[in-house]
Amino acid sequence: MQELQTILDDALAIFAATNDANALEQAKARYLGKEGSLTALLKGLGKLSAEERPAAGARINVVKQQIEAALNARRDAIQQQALQLKLAAESLDVTLPGRGLAAGGLHPVTRTLERIETLFHTIGFDVADGPEIETDFYNFTALNIPENHPARAMHDTFYIDDKHVLRTHTSPIQVRYMQAHMEKFGADATMPDIRIIAPGRVYRVDSDATHSPMFHQVEGLWIGEQVSFANLKGVVQDFLQRYFERDDLTVRFRPSFFPFTEPSAEMDMSWGDGWLEIGGCGMVHPNVLKHVNIDSEKYIGFAFGLGVERLAMLRYGVNDLRQFYEGDLRFLKQFN
Amino acid sequence: MKFSENWLRTWANPALSSAELGHQLTMAGLEVEEATPAAPAFNNVVVAEVLEVVKHPNADRLNVCQVNVGEAAPITIVCGASNVAVGVKVPCARIGAVLPGDFKIKQAKVRNVESFGMLCSAKELGLAEESQGLWLLPADAPVGTTIRDYLDLDDTLYTLKLTPNRSDCLGIAGLAREVAAITGCAVEAVSIAPVSATIADTLPVSVQSADCGLYCGRVVRGVNAAAATPDWMVRRLERCGIRSISAVVDITNYVLLELGQPMHAFDLAQLSGGISVRPAAAGEKLELLNGQTVELNPDYLLIADDARALALAGIMGGAGSGVEITTTDVFLEAAWFEPDAIAGKARSFGLNTDSSFRFERGVDFAATRAAMERATQLLLEICGGQPGPVTEVRGALPQRAPIRLRTSRVLRVLGIALSAEAIAAILHRLQFAFERNGDDFHVTAPSYRFDLSIEADLIEELARIHGYDAIPALLPQGRMAMLPEGEARRPLRRLRQLLVSRDYQETVSYAFLEAEVERELCGNAAPVELQNPIASQFSVMRSSLLGGLVGALRVNLSRRQPRVRLFEVGACFSAADGSYRQTERLAALCYGSAQPEQWGAPARNVDFYDAKGDLEALFAPRHLSFVAATHPASHPGRSAQVLLDGQPIGWIGEVHPQWQQRYDLPHAAVWFEVEVSALLAGAAPCAADVSRFQPVRRDLAVVVDETTQVDTLLEAMAACRAEHVSELALFDVYRGKGLEEGKKSLAFRVLLQDTQKTLTESEIDQNMTKLIAALHECGAQLR
Repeated sequence: MQELQTILDDALAIFAATNDANALEQAKARYLGKEGSLTALLKGLGKLSAEERPAAGARINVVKQQIEAALNARRDAIQQQALQLKLAAESLDVTLPGRGLAAGGLHPVTRTLERIETLFHTIGFDVADGPEIETDFYNFTALNIPENHPARAMHDTFYIDDKHVLRTHTSPIQVRYMQAHMEKFGADATMPDIRIIAPGRVYRVDSDATHSPMFHQVEGLWIGEQVSFANLKGVVQDFLQRYFERDDLTVRFRPSFFPFTEPSAEMDMSWGDGWLEIGGCGMVHPNVLKHVNIDSEKYIGFAFGLGVERLAMLRYGVNDLRQFYEGDLRFLKQFN
Repeated sequence: MKFSENWLRTWANPALSSAELGHQLTMAGLEVEEATPAAPAFNNVVVAEVLEVVKHPNADRLNVCQVNVGEAAPITIVCGASNVAVGVKVPCARIGAVLPGDFKIKQAKVRNVESFGMLCSAKELGLAEESQGLWLLPADAPVGTTIRDYLDLDDTLYTLKLTPNRSDCLGIAGLAREVAAITGCAVEAVSIAPVSATIADTLPVSVQSADCGLYCGRVVRGVNAAAATPDWMVRRLERCGIRSISAVVDITNYVLLELGQPMHAFDLAQLSGGISVRPAAAGEKLELLNGQTVELNPDYLLIADDARALALAGIMGGAGSGVEITTTDVFLEAAWFEPDAIAGKARSFGLNTDSSFRFERGVDFAATRAAMERATQLLLEICGGQPGPVTEVRGALPQRAPIRLRTSRVLRVLGIALSAEAIAAILHRLQFAFERNGDDFHVTAPSYRFDLSIEADLIEELARIHGYDAIPALLPQGRMAMLPEGEARRPLRRLRQLLVSRDYQETVSYAFLEAEVERELCGNAAPVELQNPIASQFSVMRSSLLGGLVGALRVNLSRRQPRVRLFEVGACFSAADGSYRQTERLAALCYGSAQPEQWGAPARNVDFYDAKGDLEALFAPRHLSFVAATHPASHPGRSAQVLLDGQPIGWIGEVHPQWQQRYDLPHAAVWFEVEVSALLAGAAPCAADVSRFQPVRRDLAVVVDETTQVDTLLEAMAACRAEHVSELALFDVYRGKGLEEGKKSLAFRVLLQDTQKTLTESEIDQNMTKLIAALHECGAQLR
């Protein structure tokens, strides 16, 4: 039995010293292979008597199992070791930049408009649009601005021909929307409320650091049976508070004049220690409603117009309006 | 409207500081655009008389002066001004005075002579940009009086940004009335008594147009037109932005500013026969006071005598008939013209006069006669003369019909409850005549208001006087109904985001650009033109977004950006039989390396297929087709029209090498442009069965001529009725070794699948044979 112990010790020592899978399999053969020393012992059992054989066989098997266990353990270890080496060799510099495209971004005016649309959508305002080359009728006449009215001179209009202009405001969209609304619901006893915002490009003959010949406005219109000047103030203030994410922001109305609203107001917003002009508004003028056959006794409405660039400039700290239209990536990428 | 606060306060003097008054005006709708002091802050400057001038013993250029400052003894002042002389009256800053620029006057030794103050120039007092020497005051300036009092310098000059409806505030009298309504103070009107005629001279006046509702004329003889305009009048005129010209003209301007009534003074000697107010004859010409000659038509109203046209009514006088320094006999005119008859007329000649500005907005016809009396009164005071009687011709003046005003409507429109009593109180304050019947009012607008014709106009007046600030901000209550949300429509917002995630930056360009760009890039010889462009490079409306994108690319190249990927969404314009087509488009432009320069990918410039991939992604899952076609902007061999369901919806291409050179682009740029309406149309998803069986993949490689288009082969295969083909796609293109010159190899991936069973080999082969046959038909050889 001394021999068995020697084989076992020998095998364990050799396995432990082996670091290579092939060498391990070769070492295994020395004990468990056809010519292996343990195999030889098992073969030798036949020479023993029937009484001796079971005990001797059991002893050999114990050693065989021990050797096999050690072998498996060592196999696993070598495999693990190889895997570790392989993994170590495969490791990356995780700080290298990722591959592929970068990401672009939206224009700050689009960003602002989307924000405005989202906010008004939450209180049920739909979005309407209209043409930028507008007829004289929709841009002026239907808005109660007759020809030669001094108010036309305030608009610094771009003319295309005698009957067409580049729209000077988004208000003509109001008229177009009201007409379409009346076509749908004009025959009903009570029409559903009109609740829209109309964002868009508008044009004025004017260009400096605070005026661009093209800029954006967003027009709001709510017509219904229960809409008042106090509500106009409420909606505008609510919007500005949500837009600037400031609950302490207040809005101030000052009397003003627009031919298409009566009463009319300039809207100022509290900003720092003072007030900033942010647009015009008022109750839709009965003549405008008359133009589109809405009964101005039954329905009352308000309209407001906000300067989109102004809102974007205040929100994002842009100082020069012209930057919006230069297309300079260094400017634009700040809003991504 | 510019005015002097001190002048206004002689008419209406509320117990408010200057700042408070300005704020109240603004909050009542008369926006104060500017309020500047008449003079900068300084003190301790008095009118002084120079009594003696002696050369300074130690300095050639200095004088030692004895100056009377209204005290018992004269004071000594060293002065360097060359115009100092005995007897002149000049401003003198006393010791302790602080002049503009925080310049403190102290007792000082000037080259060993003690000086007790400083004689001042207008510049040193901040009253002029430049001065030549001391400011010489009039000989009658009272010695010892402070300059601020003497020249009424503690005044504020207001500029109001008046809205076009408030013509009633284009004069001190009207402003005073408004201030009284806002603040509740009293109006102290200047007293205007009719001036009795001392001579009987008149000119016959004939009004031949309904647009002249009132004409007052008066002859004044023996006038000294060379008389000096009094200082107080010059000062008031100047503080209201009108320069003093001559006494008679100044008087008419003064009345204009005071009462808001434009006036004109003719030289009687230059008139022949009577005055008529008549429409101009077609082609009639008139040389105006400013030297401009205008050609008229019957839309214009003239003041004429028997021989010629004298003045463009309501706008400007003519040359050769106005008052001169030598004039002795004057014909004064105060008239009222219908706003609609004057509106736009001055502008048609590029003019905007104080007169036309007022007449086109509306002048108080009830004050026209009073203005004539006021002007006469001032004329007699300043220039002397003998007045004749006023000739007054009355035509049709505006009727002020009573306007119904309901208390209930006020509540509905404003959202606040104003009681009938409160309403009545406001109407009183506004001095509007009204009748009240319980909660119902009938209000008659005053003659000076041209903006009150319906109930809403009166409601605005109530709100204004009540105070817009006093109206609360209330959230509305409405019917809660959801908005429609069509799922088939692909929101533009999402499409924009898709381009953003594909590394495009959105830009916004002007919708107008240079005609040449339109011609070159769009082949557009007849763009929509602006009649009054802001500059020649913005003279036509774009028919494509490409011009703007190329412009933005160039801006970025000039700022050394090596890689530019831009997109824009906007309207494009074209003319179509008297109307204009406006199409919303989306366009993109890429330039430079396909990916940002990076370690892990080979650098290569963006090409046609990069852009095509982006464009296809925009439309996915719908399938676009591309037809080789030339576009003026693009390389003729690298240009395609884009079709959706057979309809052309846009273009894609590589910028033509010619334009690449012309626009200084070092590399080629690739662009595409499509109609937004095509992009937005989609369909809500609709699910079909998904096969449980594995697809079989077969690859087909064929050799074709270089000129053969892949679509030809794909379409032939799609049309050959092979069954079970679930996918058919090109996956490789090969040229070179192993292929003849002028040939290319195309490899297609074919996936076959059935939803019900696994396909047999023979079924697969059968279908593949059909596909191969179809390829053969197109001249493709199996590789």
